[in-house]
Amino acid sequence: MEILVCIKQVPGTTAVEVDEETGVLKRDGVEAKMNPFDLFAIEQALLLREKYGGKVDVITMGPGQAEAVLREAVWMGADRGILISDRSFAGSDVAATSYALSQGVRKAGTYDLILCGKQTTDGDTAQVGPEMAEFLGIEHIANVEMVLEAEGNELTVLENQENCQRQLKLFMPCLLTIEKDANTPRLPSYKRKMKTGGLEIERIGLSDFSDKDRRHYGLEGSPTQVERIFPPERNASCQKYEGEPEKLGNLFYQVLLEKKFVSENKV
Amino acid sequence: MSLKQEQIAYLKEIVDVPRIWTKEEIGEDYSHDELGGVSGYPDILIKVQSTEEVSSIMRYAYDQEIPVVVRGAGTGLVGAAVALDGGIMIETTLMNHILELDEENLTVTVEPGVLLMELAKFAEDHQFLYPPDPGEKSATIGGNVSTNAGGMRAVKYGVTRDYVRGMTVVLPNGEVEEFGGKIVKNSSGYSLKDLMIGSEGTLGIITKLILKLVPLPEHSVSLLIPYGKMEDAIGAVPEIIRLKSSPTAIEFMEREVILFAEDFLGKKFPDRKSPAYLLLTFDGNSRMQVEAEYDKTARLCLENGALDVFLVDTPERKDAVWSARGAFLEAIKASTTEMDECDVVVPRNKIAEFIRYTHELAEKYHIRIPSFGHAGDGNLHIYICRDNLEEGAWREKLESVMEDMYVKAAEIGGAVSGEHGIGYAKRVYLREQLGEEQIGIMQGIKRVFDPKGLLNPGKVI
Repeated sequence: MEILVCIKQVPGTTAVEVDEETGVLKRDGVEAKMNPFDLFAIEQALLLREKYGGKVDVITMGPGQAEAVLREAVWMGADRGILISDRSFAGSDVAATSYALSQGVRKAGTYDLILCGKQTTDGDTAQVGPEMAEFLGIEHIANVEMVLEAEGNELTVLENQENCQRQLKLFMPCLLTIEKDANTPRLPSYKRKMKTGGLEIERIGLSDFSDKDRRHYGLEGSPTQVERIFPPERNASCQKYEGEPEKLGNLFYQVLLEKKFVSENKV
Repeated sequence: MSLKQEQIAYLKEIVDVPRIWTKEEIGEDYSHDELGGVSGYPDILIKVQSTEEVSSIMRYAYDQEIPVVVRGAGTGLVGAAVALDGGIMIETTLMNHILELDEENLTVTVEPGVLLMELAKFAEDHQFLYPPDPGEKSATIGGNVSTNAGGMRAVKYGVTRDYVRGMTVVLPNGEVEEFGGKIVKNSSGYSLKDLMIGSEGTLGIITKLILKLVPLPEHSVSLLIPYGKMEDAIGAVPEIIRLKSSPTAIEFMEREVILFAEDFLGKKFPDRKSPAYLLLTFDGNSRMQVEAEYDKTARLCLENGALDVFLVDTPERKDAVWSARGAFLEAIKASTTEMDECDVVVPRNKIAEFIRYTHELAEKYHIRIPSFGHAGDGNLHIYICRDNLEEGAWREKLESVMEDMYVKAAEIGGAVSGEHGIGYAKRVYLREQLGEEQIGIMQGIKRVFDPKGLLNPGKVI
């Protein structure tokens, strides 16, 4: 099975500041890491390779330093890393990013299965995977817990719905986004790091795309008009209750009810 | 002994009544610590709030010759904070205030009931590190000092003793004294502060602590290193130390214990293909520095039989690995009906020999003895599990196994306890190992501090 995993480099901490005036993330001095959601997609890909053979490629879009997450994926077990990078992609919104990725994926190779993390910890939209599949014209399912079986060109997967799980079948080539905690991602291996020390990361730019029209990418190709970017307000307020244990217990239950953490008919 | 009505009435005059419990009002929790098998109720339980209050109680107890046991969060493992002779139990968890952060002297002043996890977080929030890192994060800092707790960073940073600069102590007669201070050096007479550390509530009652902090290292990376055999894993430790690359922690673990932790936590460990693992941590102020440090260690391990070296470098990965490590004790506990622990410390180059010996004992006595521990400092945590044994057979086997282990530890230059203390449960072994002369000196010290023998009677010596 030929598998491609789409990954992203994100800020290493959630405490990232946003420049209130320009709306740009202050990335200076902030360490970067692989989007934690992508680890589950990589693990799922490696499990499928162990079971069905084939290869696992990883691809990312970003500036030169995003190579680091590709290398890390290779240390986890991926075979090949591909970086989509071009100045004209800067400022892309979700749609433009998905389009650029779909162009890059076409150039990278032919795949039976494309896996993505469910969402990223910086953008949090959970839309890039499915949008990319639409641009590629392939079937897709989001929030997949597990790929149960591959037979011929048919995949059986377990999809996580809020209140239930659904077993679904779809045809390859297809795209799946993998649910958080779907598996236990393996750790990067130092042994592989040593072995793959000189590994070349392949680069794909605008000139390699079939659609080379600059206006379809970056700020210009983004239909979204961002008015303002700001970090969500942190609500650290705290309500203290004192009293008898029994009364407190009831009170606490009422609070949980009000906040919809529990419902009356489902205790 | 049992307290008289008028004694209880007097104590209720000097402390607010809602913080006093007597007889049946005292919860079962206060009759034991985390060790099974040693229990006893105090006659009165008092949750103290200040040095002055402790002083008044002690003054009265001294006058009336009432035994007093001090208790923190009750997470001890040797029965040290159990009121075997009844009397007064002074509980410190309401004295849980962080009083001062002195950024010029790099100290933090705290009350003894502050929990280790609260102190660790407070320090980190201010870009400092309080290095002692015992597994039980919900222990009080007073308890940590009273046992000279060690923890996982001892290889690089040392133990609790190395971070206590000064303390306020209420002596058995109620007098309040300051030992040490914010000073870094001190050559002024015997160090009473150091006598207090590790004295397990037998010499005085700590009511305030001045602790040393270090600047928070900005980066840390752990390495999880799988081995085909336990001997290979532990055998690598002296080599790692010889490299002088100063990891903060070198922990060893066996697959069996990892699987218990998986069951206990309900989540999978990132790797469990191998029978034995080392877990190392490196810290420093830049990524480059940390990488350079772990690089040579990783290479050395691979050259010396490690199956691989896994990088644990992000918060998610650290959590997956260290949350399992942190749950080992509880996980082993959950895997059996009853257990007892041996917390010996042996010279670092004798760890493999000692672990091998515990495997031999497990076979000889047909009993399960899982273990894990701080390979970097020679402190092992070895658990003797009761499983389905009858009470009589269990007691008999437990005694034989413990006896054999402490004899072996003494033979190879080890000590009875690395970090849990002696308390009630390990007294016999301490006496056997140290002999009459040393125990005699300790008893002499005890008499000078506590001539009436009222503080934590029947413990340590």
